[in-house]
Amino acid sequence: MATHRILPIAFAMLMGAPALAQGPTYGVGRTPTADEIRAWDISIGPTGEELPPGRGTVKEGALAYRAKGCAGCHGATGVEGTSPNLKSKIGPEVELWKRGRILPLRAPFATTVWDYINRGMPLNREGTLTADEVYALTAFLLYINDVIPEELVLDRESLPKVKMPIGDQYAPLPDWKPRSPRLKGYPH
Amino acid sequence: MGSKRPARRDFLKSGAALAGGFTFGAAAPALGQTPASPPMIKGDKDQIAYGSRSRFVTSVRIAHGGRPSPDNFGLVFHVAAPLQDSVGVITPSSLHFVGTTRGSYIPDIDPREHRLMIHGLVDRPLTFTMDDLKRLPSVTRLHFIECAGNRSSRRARTVQESHGMTSCAEWTGVLLSVLLKECGLKGGASWFVSEGSEEVKGASSIPIAKGMDDCLVAYAMNGEALRPQQGFPLRLMVPGFEGIFHSKYLRRIKVVDRYYMNYNDYGHLDQDPKVAALDYQIGPKSVITFPSAGQQLPGKGFYEISGLAWSGGGAIKQVEVSTDGGKKWNKAEFRGTPQRMAHTRFAYQWNWDGNETELQSRCTDEIGQVQPSREQIAKYWNKPYDETFNVPGLDNSIQPWRVATDGSVTNGHA
Repeated sequence: MATHRILPIAFAMLMGAPALAQGPTYGVGRTPTADEIRAWDISIGPTGEELPPGRGTVKEGALAYRAKGCAGCHGATGVEGTSPNLKSKIGPEVELWKRGRILPLRAPFATTVWDYINRGMPLNREGTLTADEVYALTAFLLYINDVIPEELVLDRESLPKVKMPIGDQYAPLPDWKPRSPRLKGYPH
Repeated sequence: MGSKRPARRDFLKSGAALAGGFTFGAAAPALGQTPASPPMIKGDKDQIAYGSRSRFVTSVRIAHGGRPSPDNFGLVFHVAAPLQDSVGVITPSSLHFVGTTRGSYIPDIDPREHRLMIHGLVDRPLTFTMDDLKRLPSVTRLHFIECAGNRSSRRARTVQESHGMTSCAEWTGVLLSVLLKECGLKGGASWFVSEGSEEVKGASSIPIAKGMDDCLVAYAMNGEALRPQQGFPLRLMVPGFEGIFHSKYLRRIKVVDRYYMNYNDYGHLDQDPKVAALDYQIGPKSVITFPSAGQQLPGKGFYEISGLAWSGGGAIKQVEVSTDGGKKWNKAEFRGTPQRMAHTRFAYQWNWDGNETELQSRCTDEIGQVQPSREQIAKYWNKPYDETFNVPGLDNSIQPWRVATDGSVTNGHA
């Protein structure tokens, strides 16, 4: 027992200070339950590990697109609305970055599309879509941009595997460090 | 009912009544006689409880970018601070610029119900009430926030239109590093996602190095609770980063091992790594607020040129002012001590000879970054410098103000 307790501490001392500062200092705050965390956590990252159960097809998505009022702002086919276009008016013969800022086309991950719809849509009724509806709408929007075939059913397994056309053709985020210039060599 | 503010009309009426009473018979005083008293404002319940400014002070915010606000959807969009009237470095809370991620009504949050959850790659996920947060060691710091949309253009008629989407306040709260240490970061923790509780739950991925460096979970602004427009009851301050990272209505921080590409992150997606780098940390920037476009100089003679400088790279180290269109640069004085990622007031004594000229300012921050001119930026990108040139990334270029012989001041980009 004693050795079990001492060894990690000795190891931590060898490895440097950070591991030692692991204990809580103030003891303020409450530990949330796993269920609470699951209910609060709506961040869907690229691996899709946070995706909830559910499924949706392109056909269901087309119906939801009308039923949920998406067409009202984004247009009947995703291009005629006052809100951002959801389908590119420019064909795949043109390079992706010149096809417009179309979320279901330009997003680096299909999870980004799912996350965006889930947290931000529809206007003034955010948070009311079911997981099935979000899967279906994501499928529909990816389909009308020729990202997925019509028969693909999206769920927590298939969605993160969708290959987005952008691939890795986007800028990596700067490796930010404190007290560093924002871009070396920028004019002054 | 008791807290209801009096209607302006009632206020004016009572003021007028008092004015009639107290200035009765006010004539030119005889020699040695006490001058007549000014009209009085009655110190009513509301004036005693939460005072208001003089009715003669009319400086107000305006909708940014000429966009109607509220618009057809009834949504409120960005509003800009009246920098032309600013003095010192603190923007009054009522005049602080407002940006909204998608335009919306403002959340009306009961602070007793509000919680901040920190979870993800931590040893001990924790949920904090507002009372919990106020028990922890606090810091108070001056910080500016600037919106990425704060870009000057030929169309800007005033400094409010060209630069009004920046403001500076005194923020009080708990350092995020204190909270993250309380939770204990796990290996692999490289980013965190911050999320607000407004309707769209706006979320941004932020480097954990920034979180451990100087991010602040703020509950107060300029000596009182945050205003609802600024994220009441809790806001994340990410000093020196683009405004959108400063999550309002902060509800959740999730520590993760990668960039999450959620919501606001998608808005930051760029093709060119150089543009991506320029769309992140705010560059060194300054602007002359007096004299600035739309203002009128009464004639030649002495003026103290006054302005603001700030940088996402740290404290401002030097500001220079040119009164001849950028030929000669003169060192400006600071009014107060420059602070990291805060507006810094500068001043320069100027005797205007009455000839047409152009006023400019440029700043250098503590890590040596210097504010560039548009011409220099165009040269960097190998683009011709003409009216069509658009500064890539956040625009921190030098702002020229043109002074005409009649004393009128206009935008030098126009």
